[in-house]
Amino acid sequence: MHVIVNGRAREIAPESTVADVVRQTSPEERGIAVALNGEVVPRADWATALREADRVEVLVASQGG
Amino acid sequence: MGDDLTVDGVTLPSRLILGTGGASGHAAAEAAIRASGTGLVTVALRRVDPNAAGSILDVVERCGVRLLPNTAGCFTASQAIRTAHLAREAFGTTWVKLEVIGDERTLLPDPVELLAAAEKLVADGFTVWPYTNDDPILARRLADAGCAVVMPLGSPIGTGLGIRNPHNIALITENATVPVILDAGIGTASDAALAMELGCAGVLVASAVTRAADPAAMAEAMRHAVRAGRLARLAGRIARRHHAEASTAFEGMAEL
Repeated sequence: MHVIVNGRAREIAPESTVADVVRQTSPEERGIAVALNGEVVPRADWATALREADRVEVLVASQGG
Repeated sequence: MGDDLTVDGVTLPSRLILGTGGASGHAAAEAAIRASGTGLVTVALRRVDPNAAGSILDVVERCGVRLLPNTAGCFTASQAIRTAHLAREAFGTTWVKLEVIGDERTLLPDPVELLAAAEKLVADGFTVWPYTNDDPILARRLADAGCAVVMPLGSPIGTGLGIRNPHNIALITENATVPVILDAGIGTASDAALAMELGCAGVLVASAVTRAADPAAMAEAMRHAVRAGRLARLAGRIARRHHAEASTAFEGMAEL
């Protein structure tokens, strides 16, 4: 299955969840927020299964004013 | 000191808020945070960088300061609202520095989008810190909308041009129903002191510290400038006069 993670195409196993992609993208799960197709995914919903061509954003804190 | 800034029931240890944007790295950011004496630092939300060494969150934790996530880079209310919700998910705070900018060249706030976003985020339970133009009417509208503070700019972000319209800042502070935090444009310590003398409750500084030749030293300068400006404001400055007024009495002078 193909999805877009942080703007890059990625192939993931069928039936992968949001949580699976987070684990594959970030070394830690603390301080992370996820958007799926532009909408916020609360941590409680990270078990949501992904679909072909979904756009996932995995975001963390960075320096900023 | 009995003269602390309290926002949303939280008393902050300093009236200086530090932005971490522009720091050369986490070590430089940490040195600046410590030297500034601040209790509140801003961070942004960005895509995971697989090559990042450590997190700014570790720095914030080590320094024992609170987080103020921003919505930097957002051009629309809808984008800023979603970013604020993402920040709440990521950091577990309802505080947000709301930035909705109009264009990349000036980075000036888009007042229409800003007010719309502020209204929605207040309704969603956020403690909203809006970065706004130095417009007294817009500042009042933001306060009336339920924002916890208002943060007028001194001049455009990163310019270091100081406070271009001190009169407007004074108009904002004299009518304020919420704390006024001068945000953006500070170049050096005297700018921060002036903001406080104009009646601001605090100052947010990022580039002026993080891009200074010695960020930690500038952070310390800002710490003292904010305190000095605050003390001067409370002390009540003398009126400006056209002609001189001797401080030493002429009475009792010898005839020579």
